[in-house]
Amino acid sequence: MTKFKEEDVYIFNPERECMSREDLKELQLRRLKKVVKYAYDNVPFYHNLYDEAGVKPGDIKTLEDIQLLPFITKDDLRKTYPFDLQAAPKEDWVEVHSTSGTTGIPTVAAYTKKDIGIWGECTARGLASVGVHKKDIVNVAYGFGLFTGGHGAQYGAQKIGALAVPMSSGNTQKQMNFLKDFPADFLCCTPSYALYLAESFEKAGMDPKAIPLKGGLYGAEMWTEEIRQKLENKFGISAQNIYGLTEVIGPGVSTECHIKEGMHIAEDHFYPEIIDPKTLEVLPEGTEGEIVFTTLTKTGMPVIRYRTKDITSINYEKCKCGRTTARMSRITGRSDDMLKVKGVIVFPKQIEEVIMSMDELSPAYQIIVSRPGTLDEIEVQVEIDQANFSDSLINLGEFKKTIAKKIKEAIGIGVKVTLAEPFSLPRSEGKAVRVIDQRDFS
Amino acid sequence: MAIKQLSVFLENKKGRLWKSLNTLKSENIDIRALSIADTSEFGILRMIVSDPEKAKSLLEKEFAVSLAEVLAIEVEDQPGGLEAALALLNDNDVNVEYIYAFVEKKTSKALVVLRTEDNDLSLKLLKENGFSVVEDEAYTI
Repeated sequence: MTKFKEEDVYIFNPERECMSREDLKELQLRRLKKVVKYAYDNVPFYHNLYDEAGVKPGDIKTLEDIQLLPFITKDDLRKTYPFDLQAAPKEDWVEVHSTSGTTGIPTVAAYTKKDIGIWGECTARGLASVGVHKKDIVNVAYGFGLFTGGHGAQYGAQKIGALAVPMSSGNTQKQMNFLKDFPADFLCCTPSYALYLAESFEKAGMDPKAIPLKGGLYGAEMWTEEIRQKLENKFGISAQNIYGLTEVIGPGVSTECHIKEGMHIAEDHFYPEIIDPKTLEVLPEGTEGEIVFTTLTKTGMPVIRYRTKDITSINYEKCKCGRTTARMSRITGRSDDMLKVKGVIVFPKQIEEVIMSMDELSPAYQIIVSRPGTLDEIEVQVEIDQANFSDSLINLGEFKKTIAKKIKEAIGIGVKVTLAEPFSLPRSEGKAVRVIDQRDFS
Repeated sequence: MAIKQLSVFLENKKGRLWKSLNTLKSENIDIRALSIADTSEFGILRMIVSDPEKAKSLLEKEFAVSLAEVLAIEVEDQPGGLEAALALLNDNDVNVEYIYAFVEKKTSKALVVLRTEDNDLSLKLLKENGFSVVEDEAYTI
């Protein structure tokens, strides 16, 4: 890490990020009481949910009382599609974001002006942790549009007063030219895209270290220490992790400082809990489980006890960087079967539905997710049997193409279809292992 | 007339070709001609065997199998022998899907298996032009 200088990194909001745990808890409780009442009064969904559970906003007297409230899940967000979970009046909405919706109904969230401010504050904290200052240029190569990644990073950069280049993802040649001709100091994108960029530079005969970058803030997908090492070696800069999800606010829910011992949660805005995904019990400090978030300040779409399905653990000890905010470890898995492939959310069930809809296919299949180079790949194995076997290589090739096309229509990304012998794949009965994720996130 | 060819789908995995041939051996089915069309992930094993119906029913317990009609013709075993047959098909715009040779040799002739996009037309053309086409009975004992 030749270009990293510790004096470049700083704490964006020391008053909040370094406040004593007692003061923070007091602030969280005050905000929790407020958001529960706000949601109960303004969102019929929460009103009914809490009435059914026999709990009133006034019952929240301590932070632990949050456990009186039922959890909400992505299914609840689907049921309230598009805007039935919004608490603020429509005239106060200034921006809308959405998940890709490849799983059927997308999750839509409207933001008020205040929410956009909170979001920018949170991503600014992360950018300050990598060393972004007012004089700097931040190249944002997350997707822009309904996806939260691009805008979140841009608002953070602008909050600092830095120049944000809304590069978006995809056009790699243009991106390479920009990084050379209009040098950015910092790069924000998915770690796999950053690796892909590094390789593209190498292929073009350029050392990525020659790009005058000073730091990278990477997220929107699961990654590992090995990928961090690779990224830091290739670009010669610090690679730090940023976490978030559209349902909560987008990227910036937690961000990693240069100490790299977990991602600091913006706890004054998001209250975290770790639960056992099976028993739904809140787990003791430091235990690994599913992380649940409550937005303490968001006014557009407050979520209270939202189950992320992301598996992690939380450390409440003060960090060497000086921040007192809790740190969550890398996401190591999911409590459901959701896959994130090339940044796109894919549920195996979507692929299964395609296979089941094709009469010529047996119901046996297997999904293999891998990362052979820097980018993810999905392989879908289906069986060739008496019903669909053709003696012709051309016909079998066409058959594979047809299946791949239907799956792409369903999930939005291309897959590789391979043909297996009859009875060789796990059947639908029992606990068949349908998905093999060969990517290593541990 | 056409003869029956047995096709078997094989994954490119160790032992699969052996397993399919072992199944045939266990019931004394003889292989007269054989070819494998392969891709990086799977292959199609095509065979002319002594009892195609029986072979099919044996193999389909474990493999995807099909029977297809192909032509088996005799060509002169000398330079240009096969070329003469293909020239005839080419002149008549018949596309050959695949072709492979028999294991055994009959007198001074070589035997090849042909699958074309129009087997009936090919059969007629070849017969009319003096090629000897192997009859079913001769190769399915």
